[in-house]
Amino acid sequence: MTDLTPRNSGHEVDDQAQQRSELETVRDVERYPVPDPGLPEHLPRLSDVDEKAADRATRQVATMFGLVPVLAILFVVIYFAVPRDAVFLGQNAKNIGLGITAGLALMLIGIGAVQWGRQLMDDHEMVDHRHGAASTKEDVEYVLRELDAGTDESGIRRRKVLGYSLGGALAALGLPLIVSFADLGPWPTKRVRAATIEETIWKEGIRLVHDVTYEPIKASEMVIGQLVNAQPENLQEFHGTEYLQEKAKASIIIVRMDPNDIKIPEERRDWQVGGILCYSKICTHVGCPISLWEQQTHHLLCPCHQSTFDLGDSGLVVFGPAARALPQLPITTDAEGYLVARDGFSVPVGPSYFERDSRGDFKGE
Amino acid sequence: MRFLSSRRRHPAAKALLLVLGLFVMGSLYAVLAPAGQSSADTGTSQQVEEGRALFAVGCSSCHGLNGEGQSSGEIQGPPLAGVGAASVEFQVGTGRMPMARPEAQAPVKQNRYTPEEVAALAAFVATLGPGPEIPDPSQYDPAGLSEEEIARGGELFRTNCSACHNFEGAGGALPGGKYAPSLYGVSNQHIYEALITGPQQMPVFSDGVLKPEDKRAIIAYLNTLHEQPSQGGLELGGLGPVSEGLWGWIVGIGGLSAIAVWIAAKGTKAK
Repeated sequence: MTDLTPRNSGHEVDDQAQQRSELETVRDVERYPVPDPGLPEHLPRLSDVDEKAADRATRQVATMFGLVPVLAILFVVIYFAVPRDAVFLGQNAKNIGLGITAGLALMLIGIGAVQWGRQLMDDHEMVDHRHGAASTKEDVEYVLRELDAGTDESGIRRRKVLGYSLGGALAALGLPLIVSFADLGPWPTKRVRAATIEETIWKEGIRLVHDVTYEPIKASEMVIGQLVNAQPENLQEFHGTEYLQEKAKASIIIVRMDPNDIKIPEERRDWQVGGILCYSKICTHVGCPISLWEQQTHHLLCPCHQSTFDLGDSGLVVFGPAARALPQLPITTDAEGYLVARDGFSVPVGPSYFERDSRGDFKGE
Repeated sequence: MRFLSSRRRHPAAKALLLVLGLFVMGSLYAVLAPAGQSSADTGTSQQVEEGRALFAVGCSSCHGLNGEGQSSGEIQGPPLAGVGAASVEFQVGTGRMPMARPEAQAPVKQNRYTPEEVAALAAFVATLGPGPEIPDPSQYDPAGLSEEEIARGGELFRTNCSACHNFEGAGGALPGGKYAPSLYGVSNQHIYEALITGPQQMPVFSDGVLKPEDKRAIIAYLNTLHEQPSQGGLELGGLGPVSEGLWGWIVGIGGLSAIAVWIAAKGTKAK
């Protein structure tokens, strides 16, 4: 028993005809030479004409809503019944259970509401016309008139000193704001830079020690292809913020390569010990720590932006956005055969900044 | 003596006397004979010969008949003098060697050699030059380490290994088709061997510099890490923002788009 006449068709058809005629009257022939085709013909939905289809949709929506309390109760049961450390398919069973029940419950409410709107709520098209964003001429004139009257009534035109003093008061309030910016850090003058970001705790005779364990490193224990993430021995004297600041600048990597396979410039002959070379661990691009070293190609790759440095060629950049070679730390051995710094870094380590003097950087031979 | 003399004509006496004589001679020989090669050493040199034969079949096309390597031509292989038994156990034991074809990096595949054959190959390559030996299980067995030591292993792992192998050992990419393999499912022995031999692009972490107990702590940390269940559901390989972003953009936003299309779609009409 299918009744093909929509249940409330008469009213809707009238509406549409009226809307269409409205659109026709506002049509600007010059700007829109092609007439607006208007809304497509309104066709009733299955649930509009078939009471059975409507009942079916009602059942679907009610079932979805009806499942929500079940899931909510299940959530509470899982919350209390499942132990905290239970494992299901390699994952935490409790979290999985809580997530699935709560998520499914919310999703069923959403899908049910959408299905309700699509199948059962009244189905008629509406038109909202667009209007220009500007106010009408009358509105603009009215506002300007009111503003003018208000200014007159305030007396600021007659007693100008009021306006000037208020302006001065507001401007002066900016001063404390600007001055308090000074608390963001020391003013980065040349002298301050030289004593902070351009200075590391490396100096002559400081032992190179393992990061984490602080074990000194014997040159004879380094084999070809070895990589060590290291720190200066005196880093242990620092604590808290200072420790982090110094570690961020002083971190190094030590590598040993076959001296016959690499290029060592004449002026850096005595910066290394039999192919053991030491470089800053901080990328010269934006300062990520790098220790991703390929022992066969001697390339050191920064994981942040793929800058690549050739440690077999004084740390020159071979790829990527870094502009400067990786600073090399001159090293030697002490009387007991442990690796020590011959001197501090000859150039500032770490990322580039505007005022940095790059004349001392190694640029290849 | 009466017991013996009264039975000297017993039918079994001759045979027993012969056995006794042979036993005495054998014992005397064992005690007095010049101490030559010990039996263990005999076994080893036999093992080396076996290894040489296996090497000639499986390895020599790239590494040369005596492990001298070849550096020209399409098929190249590094010289093997001094790589040590640990290197062979790692490369062959994980199926990386022999390689199926020349490529950027040797992938892990099924190992077709029996443990005895791997040991024979390792013994042969070890004779080419001194190198790292196969570690003893006591060096890499993490049993009995305290929680503090395991946590220290984590610190060492994040300092020395995570740059390439990812913060939970899920592996990562390197330039030119190379990669740092995932550490999931890698045996403790193979991790230790990789550390002391530095296979392919991996740097060496020799026992003299990274102490054996530090290596053991790193292995213990990895075991602990990989045994933990995933608390937050699907880990997406533990790769961080890449896989999570991919999931969010494709599955998350894609799903939302699909629902938006469904909400706005015109359903079935009556005619």
